[in-house]
Amino acid sequence: MIYFKYIRMQLRSLAQYRSTFWFIIMGQSLTCAAGFASMTMMFDRFHTMAGWTYAEAALCYAAVFMAFSITECVARGFDSFSRLIVSGDFDRLLLRPRALTLQVLGSSFELTRLGRLIVGGTILQFAARNLGVAWTADKVIVLILMILSGVVIFFGVFLLGAAMCFVTVEGLEVVNIFTDGGREIASYPLPIYGKTALRFFTFIIPYGCFNYLPLLYLVGRADGHAALYALSPLIGMLFVIPCAFVWKAGVRRYLSTGN
Amino acid sequence: MITLNGIRKSFKVAKRKPGAKAALAAMFHREYNIVNAVDGVSFDIPDGEIVGYIGPNGAGKSTSIKVMSGILIPDEGTCTVAGLTPWTDRKRLARRIGAVFGQRTQLWWDVPIIDSFDLLRDIYRTPQDEYKRSRDRLVDALDIGAFINTPLRQVSLGQRMRAELAASLLHSPDILFLDEPTIGLDAVSKLAVRQFIREINAERGVTVLLTTHDMHDIEALTDHIILIGKGRILYNGTMSAVKSSKTAEGLPVEEIVAGLYKEHGL
Repeated sequence: MIYFKYIRMQLRSLAQYRSTFWFIIMGQSLTCAAGFASMTMMFDRFHTMAGWTYAEAALCYAAVFMAFSITECVARGFDSFSRLIVSGDFDRLLLRPRALTLQVLGSSFELTRLGRLIVGGTILQFAARNLGVAWTADKVIVLILMILSGVVIFFGVFLLGAAMCFVTVEGLEVVNIFTDGGREIASYPLPIYGKTALRFFTFIIPYGCFNYLPLLYLVGRADGHAALYALSPLIGMLFVIPCAFVWKAGVRRYLSTGN
Repeated sequence: MITLNGIRKSFKVAKRKPGAKAALAAMFHREYNIVNAVDGVSFDIPDGEIVGYIGPNGAGKSTSIKVMSGILIPDEGTCTVAGLTPWTDRKRLARRIGAVFGQRTQLWWDVPIIDSFDLLRDIYRTPQDEYKRSRDRLVDALDIGAFINTPLRQVSLGQRMRAELAASLLHSPDILFLDEPTIGLDAVSKLAVRQFIREINAERGVTVLLTTHDMHDIEALTDHIILIGKGRILYNGTMSAVKSSKTAEGLPVEEIVAGLYKEHGL
């Protein structure tokens, strides 16, 4: 498949910068681990946070970091889309007989995010063992869906950020509030931030759909419709649909206004 | 065959006033100027022709090339390239055209040139045997063999430009857009590039639209020039006719073109 050929090309380019690669991987792993260490210290002192246990928060943290690192690795082309616009390389993509989304995905592959993924996976294992949950098949599926859903939702946010580049490449820091900022916020169970934040991150940018809502199901705290909590990762994925439309509209705008 | 008919395209350009106060004000309220980048451009380029597309910077050359290659939708007018409307048939047109933008690369920076060629084969879905034939021919004609296994960032500009030309022709397009293909090249590389353009035009009948500021490129390759300025076509005809006019007699080609610009108030 052509996508994998693009990726192979990116990996070959990467092989040219081997030592930098390992340094970045180490740095990435450390930031992820450091964030978790501060969470650990907090729980060491206070034991629970707004009714959430250490293991529950750890699961949240791990799911968010794993999802985010996968999206950053695969969809880096959208995350750093302003580079394609500023350099004019996006015009070159338009001259190729292939779908644009595929080409943007193929334009970058950030393997260094593997470091975070591994640390996140370790934390996930730790959390899963200490959660006191009997890991039946349905719960394992929900856990996998949480991460998949996270990948899809973060991808949607990246699409929105990329679409903004068609309007302006200035002031793109705003997007980081929702990507990096969103990741930081969602790495703790959302209810601790209060109702407004909870609603925003459930119904507007549905980060809650892939961590704390299904988490309630996993630990048996889902009141009422348990199935709805279990399926929330799937519902959250729908977020990517409007994002794709915004991206398409951005491309149309670019074609008619140019660079 | 390339046909443009009454192509018009204007852009909104933000007004910039000097000073910190103005910069601050611009964050809240911006004023725009409408710039007519291309203001009713029409011309025909028959199959198998080489055309020198000339004009000063900001004349509308790149805007019109973007329209012809499907990167930009015009406000008005019609355009057919290889029988297709560029902006409605982007992907199909992409197979029929090749493009070299002298200031930018279309190859992957950190990998051997041959790897870029191979990926382009996959992107264009060129059948394997056809690709091999085409690649071998191009490697031979452009003398790329010696550095084809070298990463692009390690080759000289002249070598890079030869690789770019090869890359733009791997999928055997009918039409080639060349935007300053000789910029920054030494004399030997310039001659090699010109020789090669002549060859693919003569042997494979590739239609070439050549944008350049180097009038020697034009002299070496074609007599047909189209002059664009301030978004309008100012002259579409032969270089020899311009040269034989009274005012131009005996002048070097650069001066003739400068005179032409002046005559049209550019």
